[in-house]
Amino acid sequence: MLISYLPILILLLVVMGFAISNIIISALIGRHKPTAEKLSPYECGVEPIGSARERFSVKFYIIAMMFVIFDIEVVFLYPWAVAYKSLALFGLIEMAIFIIILLVGYVYIWKRGGFEWE
Amino acid sequence: MLESLLFLIMGSITIACALCVVFQKNPIYSAIFLIQTMVSLAVLYVLLHAQFIAAIQVMIYAGAIMVLFIFVIMLLNLSKADEEGERDNLFFQKPSAIILGFILVVMIGTVTLKTVFQGVKGEYTPETISQIGNTQLVGKMLFTKYVFPFEIASILLFAAIIGAIILAKKRIIED
Repeated sequence: MLISYLPILILLLVVMGFAISNIIISALIGRHKPTAEKLSPYECGVEPIGSARERFSVKFYIIAMMFVIFDIEVVFLYPWAVAYKSLALFGLIEMAIFIIILLVGYVYIWKRGGFEWE
Repeated sequence: MLESLLFLIMGSITIACALCVVFQKNPIYSAIFLIQTMVSLAVLYVLLHAQFIAAIQVMIYAGAIMVLFIFVIMLLNLSKADEEGERDNLFFQKPSAIILGFILVVMIGTVTLKTVFQGVKGEYTPETISQIGNTQLVGKMLFTKYVFPFEIASILLFAAIIGAIILAKKRIIED
């Protein structure tokens, strides 16, 4: 049974090996001539303004919160989709109630401007 | 044999990472160790023949929930001094942690002793599960026997939506 997870193990080893060997190889064969510009944090080519430890807006949090909520909604769809045939109409009605309740929540977020970035 | 060996390895990694979460001073490092704890837990779920839960563990906990945690850490905006220096410890923090931790261990212990270690084979053995399919079985149970908790989950998510909007969009609503 565990042997069916061998591809995941191989993938894991390849990924870890790639990451570690990249760091080691670049440390071994790369040239080291540090300057102030090279050591400064990379911010898409723009010169960094101030510290990174500034207070972030609550807008990011609300986006993450909405993502988690609707992600959980999707999680409930997976077992339903897999067992759909045996559940038949009963399952469809159950899922419809579930979706409608969350749809009300979705409309509420929309009306309150939860998706706007002002 | 292989399974118990893997269980020992992953179990110790999980415990080590969980301890690191607690003992790290920088909250971002704690969050990274928490991700590893979640991923190791997913492997433990696979060993328990709960593949669906394992996939969900990686998707929801190691993915979505951790993003939320990181945002909360960024929101709280700890300065360098807060991260490394001393913090105001609540005076009852340690005794209450010990007492509550003890109660938790006792509760988990009694529940496992009363259910898992009874030696009675349940309805869903690994053989039956692999015959039907883990996710199919979860679906069947969730939408027949546990339909009420499932519908309650939607109410819970709805409450979370309203709570998040009320808390985070307060200023806009007042304007």
